[in-house]
Amino acid sequence: MEEEVMTEKRPIISAGGGPRLEGAARKTLPMPVRYAINAVVVLVLLVLGELMIDGGVVNRYQSTVLEQVGIYIILAVSLNIATGYLGQLPLGHAGFMSMGAYGCSIFIIRMSEALGVGARDFVTGTPLALALVLGGLVVGGICASIAGIIIGIPALRLKGDYLAIITLAFAEIIRVVMLNIDDVVGFDLTGGAAGLTGIPGYSSFLLVFGCVAVVCFLTHTMMKSRHGRAILAIRDNEIAAEATGVNTTYYKTLAFVVSAFFAGVAGGLYAGCVGVLQPAVFGFMKSIEILVMVVLGGMGSMLGSALSATVLTILPEALRAFSEYRMIAYAIVLILVMIFRPQGLLGSYDFSLSRIIERVMNRDFPWARRAEKGDEAAKEVGADA
Amino acid sequence: MFFTQVLNGLQLGSIYALVALGYTMVYGIILLLNFAHGDIIMVGAYVSWLVMAQLGLHPVLAIILSVAACTLMGVLIDKVAYAPLRNAPRLSILITAIGVSYFLENGAQLVFGADAKVVPAYTDIQTIQLGGLALSFPSVLTVLVTIVATVALTIVVQKTKLGKAMRAVSEDMGAARLMGINVNTTISFTFAVGSALAGIGAVLYAMAYTQANPTMGMMLGTKAFVAAVLGGIGSIPGAVVGGLLVGFAEVIVTALNLSVWKDAVVFLLLIIVLVVRPTGIFGRTMNEKV
Repeated sequence: MEEEVMTEKRPIISAGGGPRLEGAARKTLPMPVRYAINAVVVLVLLVLGELMIDGGVVNRYQSTVLEQVGIYIILAVSLNIATGYLGQLPLGHAGFMSMGAYGCSIFIIRMSEALGVGARDFVTGTPLALALVLGGLVVGGICASIAGIIIGIPALRLKGDYLAIITLAFAEIIRVVMLNIDDVVGFDLTGGAAGLTGIPGYSSFLLVFGCVAVVCFLTHTMMKSRHGRAILAIRDNEIAAEATGVNTTYYKTLAFVVSAFFAGVAGGLYAGCVGVLQPAVFGFMKSIEILVMVVLGGMGSMLGSALSATVLTILPEALRAFSEYRMIAYAIVLILVMIFRPQGLLGSYDFSLSRIIERVMNRDFPWARRAEKGDEAAKEVGADA
Repeated sequence: MFFTQVLNGLQLGSIYALVALGYTMVYGIILLLNFAHGDIIMVGAYVSWLVMAQLGLHPVLAIILSVAACTLMGVLIDKVAYAPLRNAPRLSILITAIGVSYFLENGAQLVFGADAKVVPAYTDIQTIQLGGLALSFPSVLTVLVTIVATVALTIVVQKTKLGKAMRAVSEDMGAARLMGINVNTTISFTFAVGSALAGIGAVLYAMAYTQANPTMGMMLGTKAFVAAVLGGIGSIPGAVVGGLLVGFAEVIVTALNLSVWKDAVVFLLLIIVLVVRPTGIFGRTMNEKV
């Protein structure tokens, strides 16, 4: 009984396409067209955003907030892989983020010294600097995934609460190590409590949201693949999944490591956005903050994670005057959502542009369908009578 | 010197043990990691500060009020936040508990400010002589109180009717309800006892460290929780052993002049124990029903 209640019964994330229409064959979009449409929309949005920043419609402060929004979207979407799709509760996401942030920024600082890339090159965006930044993000992601593997393999043997606490413990260990490693190793690596400074400001709107698009795309395709279905099967019923031949240890570790990798990338972007890294930033509270975003948006919904990350990043900036009450409001909202809507605001609903286009092509609108359902219900009643 | 360190370890371990008992009891009965438990201690410490430093009342009154406030707080949290979720998925309750913890911490920060408050000494006696050894009185008191509290708790759980009901509910809530046990009362009682122990822990903590701040519950709570998990969550002797283990680990690390690493050592200890024995030292393995 105990294990059953842990996993909530949720429908598998939308498999695209609405209900089958009887009679005429349903018009569908071929996959390449779907991808092309989405790619075009994303590109248009990116160019639009960049033009707005270049044109001065969005000022410097606002564009920094936008970068933060993008970073938190990546964090929330990546945590959603472990929480929403895999159904575990890792409480150490900030630990992965800090691994990525330190890995990425140390790599970039050292390499730019070695290659003679100045801080200005990162702003103007010379090809070498750009390659360095992308390399750094990958290094950050790899650092975080290594941490993910180290903690994932022992942690995933445990269930639910134990996993939550062991990830919390591991994130705290990472924080303490970052804080004190310099004294032990004897050279200047993380800068200790004073922080790691001199990180070039390489994060830009285009880079951050480019990463957001890539992360969302990769997550989406992974979840739609065989591997994604295996992960969802583990969430819905681990024993049943194992009985049907899903290698649960492998897929749990996979989901965990992918989640950690993206968190590392987000950490790298964070370092480039803020410019200073202090271990204290990546404490338990940061993990909770990211978890709140995922839970509020709806566990298992990428759109939900992205939306709540956006709102919860912009809202505090907009309500600076009430910053004292912000955390309390967070807490109350979290409790209320759990009591009244435990599946999160959007549940497991996900947005799909192609689905909407297909609906329009088939003239299959929700309001039309509601009427149809009413008819069916009427028919059933008639049949009963 | 050695003896002082042992006493320090016992003192710290006792405080962790008292707090860990609360975690273990609540987990034993509704399988909830009560993240807010650590913050109940913070509330207790603030009540002591209010009563003694602000109102200037007698320390004994402060102790009574602190324990009472913690007990009330625990029951209130259960009624308001956890009771509506009795049949919800466990993940939801866990997140609610995190929310409550967040709420208490930030609420305290709003009301009392972020800086630490100094809790006055409860007693003027600082040392007692025992056969030529000068022992710190708060340390000795802490150890004694913990022994008494643990024994009392064991008697309550093993010998009284309510204790029997608690054990029945933790065994099988549905069957206990069918046997005519009032499950909600029993759960409330569990929260009350666990929080009262946290209240005693708060007084002992304030006696040892003479301060209260909004986030003090977080580290203390997390470590006590580690202690509960180490010992095997759901087990009373496990919580005591786990608490002492964590206390001694910290004191040893500090004595070796590595105090910056003490948090890491405690958490590493947890990871190692959980990997070797996933249910903790005294934990029962629960069979999964398909």
